[in-house]
Amino acid sequence: MIKKNLLRSAAAAPHIVWSVLFIVFPLLFVAYFAFTDGAGAFTLENITSLGEHTQTFVLSIALSIIATFICFLIGYPLAYIITTAPESHQKFYMLLLMLPMWTNLLIRTYSMMAIMDDGGLINNILAALDWGQIHLIGTKGAVVFGMVYDFLPYMVLPIYTVMSKIDRRLLEAARDLGCSPVQVLLKVIVPLSMSGVISGITMVFVPSISTFYISQKLGGGTFELLGDTIERQFQNEATYNVGAAIALVMMVLILISLAVMNRFGDDDEGGVVL
Amino acid sequence: MKRIIELQNISKAFDGETVLDNISLEIYDGEFITLLGPSGCGKTTTLRLIGGFETADEGNVYFKGKRINDVPAHKRHVNTVFQKYALFPHLNVFENIAFSLRLQKVEKKEIISRVKEILEMVSLKGFEHKNVTLLSGGQQQRVAIARALISHPKVLLLDEPLGALDLKLRKDMQNELKNIQKQTGITFIYVTHDQEEALSMSDRVVVMSDGRIQQIGTPTDIYNEPVNAFVADFIGESNIVDGVMPEDQKVRFAGHTFECVDSGFAPGEAVDVVVRPEDVDVVSPEKGHLKGTVTAVTFKGVHYEIIVDIGGFKWMIQSTDYAAEGDHIGLFIEPEAIHIMKKSEYSGLYGDYSSFSDELEELSDADSVEED
Ligand SMILES: Nc1ncnc2c1ncn2[C@@H]1O[C@H](COP(=O)(O)OP(=O)(O)O)[C@@H](O)[C@H]1O
Ligand SMILES: [Mg+2]
Repeated sequence: MIKKNLLRSAAAAPHIVWSVLFIVFPLLFVAYFAFTDGAGAFTLENITSLGEHTQTFVLSIALSIIATFICFLIGYPLAYIITTAPESHQKFYMLLLMLPMWTNLLIRTYSMMAIMDDGGLINNILAALDWGQIHLIGTKGAVVFGMVYDFLPYMVLPIYTVMSKIDRRLLEAARDLGCSPVQVLLKVIVPLSMSGVISGITMVFVPSISTFYISQKLGGGTFELLGDTIERQFQNEATYNVGAAIALVMMVLILISLAVMNRFGDDDEGGVVL
Repeated sequence: MKRIIELQNISKAFDGETVLDNISLEIYDGEFITLLGPSGCGKTTTLRLIGGFETADEGNVYFKGKRINDVPAHKRHVNTVFQKYALFPHLNVFENIAFSLRLQKVEKKEIISRVKEILEMVSLKGFEHKNVTLLSGGQQQRVAIARALISHPKVLLLDEPLGALDLKLRKDMQNELKNIQKQTGITFIYVTHDQEEALSMSDRVVVMSDGRIQQIGTPTDIYNEPVNAFVADFIGESNIVDGVMPEDQKVRFAGHTFECVDSGFAPGEAVDVVVRPEDVDVVSPEKGHLKGTVTAVTFKGVHYEIIVDIGGFKWMIQSTDYAAEGDHIGLFIEPEAIHIMKKSEYSGLYGDYSSFSDELEELSDADSVEED
């Protein structure tokens, strides 16, 4: 028994070293800065001063939830449709989906700017059709659109992975027992793909809530999200510690929501592990 | 007897490869019918056509006289016990079994009592809340059977349901399945490649090979009157030799003319002759119709399995009398022990024990076939 445990910990050693170096240390630094002032003395002021950022917190969470929800609405059916395609085609569809992810996020966001700008592609087309103009850049809708566009693959990928592993015979068994195609989806595919959905939601929500360039570029500087606020605090040495406090609180919020989500999907198999 | 399912001239190809070749089959209400044949002969495909999971390229499927080619699986009164059970891992035993009743919006109280009743029938009393993924193979099999039976389907399709179980459990389950079938009166269409299982469980057996039906009949008919060398060889052990019928009730093979009971062949017609190993009597050389040398003897408990070389053709004999390797013995064959078959594409492919060994025999061991 002891021997086995020893062996197991030896096998896990690189993982532990890695975690300590790249996860635990940085976290400790963030916590250290969050609870100290510029001179390094302990203080709670950074945390208590966060009240003035309440609006940013609320807006960030709201937009991220909306973006995540839209990603789910698009991503789930998309993943399902891909799994129903012939196996040889599925890889190709997934490749198409992943392709944009190989382009730098910043470049993608810039090109979205070019498309949505007042003098951009969409408005040029509208003008050509003589349908008037719409102002997109600088709206919250544009930011949500950016989040959805950038992070949609993170929703589809884990759902597709879990769904494609569902034994096809289960679907036949369900049909055999009287399920219409819709009932097969609701009674078998949905419950068996929950772990993928939960991974997908996490993988979209976390980058959405901490993004700063999407809101900067597509939000046109008219409002600020958490990521922007944190970035601004860190650009100024005097507010370093406030930035750390915001980051810490955001992290705690994310961890809490992760814990809640994982309770829904404790029987997950093959979901993307975060 | 009432017909419940009829397959009419069904053909089916996958990627240009013919898998079912003009299959016609009538299945009667309440019978236990088995599709028997080697792996890849099209048994599962036939079953899936009946279940609604494949569509025929040609031909028709009828259910109670109505053409159901285009009726989707979920609207057919046919349930399936799948080859590897296919239980829903996200549902417990109770919910797996209650699945079809819930779809039919059956009242809660009735669901509870029906699940309880059927769990008793498959000897899983008290298993309601168990996780199906933690059950043993035999238990999962019982859940799968209960799940398929609870909605009282008209027909139950079973695709090698016992294939994954060990021998002892398989025998028990064979009896249980047979009892369940008798008790419920539901038509069972059973698929297996195990001829012993087919013979012992079925009212009728459909022997298939290469996507075609070779023979349909009761187990006794199939065993005693195989239509061709394939069936004779696949069902039990057989010596199959070339023969000629000079006239009715006479057949010449292995250098001797025998009395037999078959007639209706053209004078001088070439035929395949089947002699079952247990129907040959070992006698002294001068008393036998045929004479030969023993090349191998294996003790099988009930009898000895003796391989005899007769003019270069190796015969298998099952006898309670011992003969030693190298002995010269005579073989005595009664007219009733000789079965004549028309020549077929399978002639000459089967029935010679030259390359016989015990390992090869494993899959087709028919020693304990129960007749009548
Ligand atoms: N969906 C399919 N696609 C292509 N070939 C198939 C498919 N299903 C079955 N086959 C082929 O059809 C033949 C018969 O298969 P099957 O009906 O499963 O045989 P059995 O159940 O008698 O072993 C096999 O050669 C198999 O490879
Ligand atoms: Mg099969």
